Parts: sequence; C-alpha cells; structure tokens
Amino acid sequence: MSKVKNLQDLKKMRDELKGKISLREKSDHPESMVQIKVSMATCGIASGARDTMNYMIDELDSQAIDAVVTQTGCMGYCYAEPTIEVTLPGEKPVVFGHVNTKKASEIIEKYIKNGELVDGIIPDSYETIDGK
Amino acid sequence: MKDLSMHILDIAENSVKAGSDRVEVELVYTDRMLEMTICDNGCGMDEHILERVTDPYATSRTSRKVGLGLPFLKMNAEQTGGTVEIWSAPGEGTSVKAVFDTGHIDCVPEGDLSSTLALLMTGHPAINFVIRLKREKDVFEISSDEINEVLDGVPISHPKVGIFVRNMIIEEIKHIKSNEL
Repeated sequence: MSKVKNLQDLKKMRDELKGKISLREKSDHPESMVQIKVSMATCGIASGARDTMNYMIDELDSQAIDAVVTQTGCMGYCYAEPTIEVTLPGEKPVVFGHVNTKKASEIIEKYIKNGELVDGIIPDSYETIDGK
Repeated sequence: MKDLSMHILDIAENSVKAGSDRVEVELVYTDRMLEMTICDNGCGMDEHILERVTDPYATSRTSRKVGLGLPFLKMNAEQTGGTVEIWSAPGEGTSVKAVFDTGHIDCVPEGDLSSTLALLMTGHPAINFVIRLKREKDVFEISSDEINEVLDGVPISHPKVGIFVRNMIIEEIKHIKSNEL
C-alpha cells in the first residue's frame, strides 16, 4: 500500500469534512467543537485510557459528532483513572473519573449530546497538567 | 504495562511533558529483536537526573512521588535479555532506546501498535510526531506535519481523521510484517 495513495484518500476525506465543518462555521474555531482530553500518563495507560480514547473516537465518528479528541498528562487523579476532561462549547470543562467504555458511552449519550450531567464527575476546581 | 505498545505511549508522554515540538518514534524489526527508539527535542535532563531516572522513586511530577514509566520499560526489556539506553542533554532533548527479544518467553506481546501510534499523532495536535517502521529494506515513515499539510486546517484530532490514520498504520504494519526476511 503506498503512502501516496493513502494521502490522496486523506485529501478526499478532508474535502468532505471541510464542507461539513465549515457549513457550521466551525473550521476556524476549534473551541466551538466538543473538546475531549484523555489523561494518558502511566497511571491512565495502565488503567485502560487508550481503550477509552479509541472507543470515544469510534463512537463520535459513527454518530457523526464533530469533536477534537486529544491527550493530556496525569491530572493527579490516579485513583480514578481513566479520567477524561470534556468541554462543551461555551461551557466550563468537566472531569469524569473511572471512564471505561461503558461510562464513555453514557457520557456521549447524556452529557455530550444532551448536556445532562452523569455520575462520576470529579468535583472542585482542579488544575489541568498544562496549568501546573 | 501489559504490552509493548503501551510503553511507547507512556514514554512518548514524557517527551510531550518535556515540551518537545518534534518527537520521533522508530521501530526496527530484525530477526528476533525489536528496537524501539523515542527521540525528542524537549528540555532534556542533566547527568544528575539521568542517573536516577530509572529509579521508581524519582519523578519530575509534583502530583505524586513515584514515576514508573521508565522503570517498567527497563524491567520488561531486561527480562527478555534486552536493554534500555537513555541519552539526554539539557536543552537538546532525550532519546530512549529499548531493545526487546520478541522471541523470548518473557517478552510481553506487542499489543495494539497501530492505534497507539495513531493516538500519539492525533492526540497531540501541536507536536510533530514522526513515525518510522523499518524491517530490512522496507521503511515506512509518516509525520504529523505531512498529515496536517494535507488536512489544510481540518483538525487532526477530529475522530474521522483519527480512524483514517489508524487504518493507514494498520495496513503499513501488515505490509512490513508480511515480507519474509
């Protein structure tokens, strides 16, 4: 399989995505999309954060939800790994703990799609690793 | 760590935290061995830290007192008769090279390498990850910069891009492994 062909396919996909995303005037404002950060340090990885992240990507794709899914370091909640931070457009970030694939599905269905809060939120004004 | 791919994810996270903007992940397959090198241009470490870096009670983080990434890697590599070498210089970067004897009975499985590599790229939009897979004369190389160039403004962290990159790497790994030595 040649890389060139792959990159051509990617180009096609980009054009489709661009049309779709810019229709909603989102292309220049990633902050207007749902942002998900998965804590991916030793503690998170050992607890299955990679499976959670893969699951979220697959699920968001199949439900056609525009989002950006990125990684972050240890947020200091090693006891509650895997942890994820979800920022809905215009909202404050919310951190969820013990996010296995089942919990991830609940978060997508309830919080991301409908804005309903679900169990497992880690309260208080935490600092993300980037802020430390 | 249950498998080799998780080590890659874990060690690369150190590079991210070191403030790198370019991280190279190279996997070289030979007859029985797998050599993985993770090389960054982050803040690096001085000799004093370097000496203690595989000590589980040494860590740069402030949220807790243990740092297990490198000690785990060392343990898993050495139990196959392999090695871990770390080179680092302050201000220049760090390079970690681990060699595993994949034919050894105590070698952990390779794990889900393709999603690991894809997640590294799409999970860190600000960092240029260079992924290189080598086996004999076969070389596959892809970088976040190349992907971003094609994407032309579409975020690399979009789920659709994530799945695309993962599938591309799955194909390439299959291709590289299918060639007999």
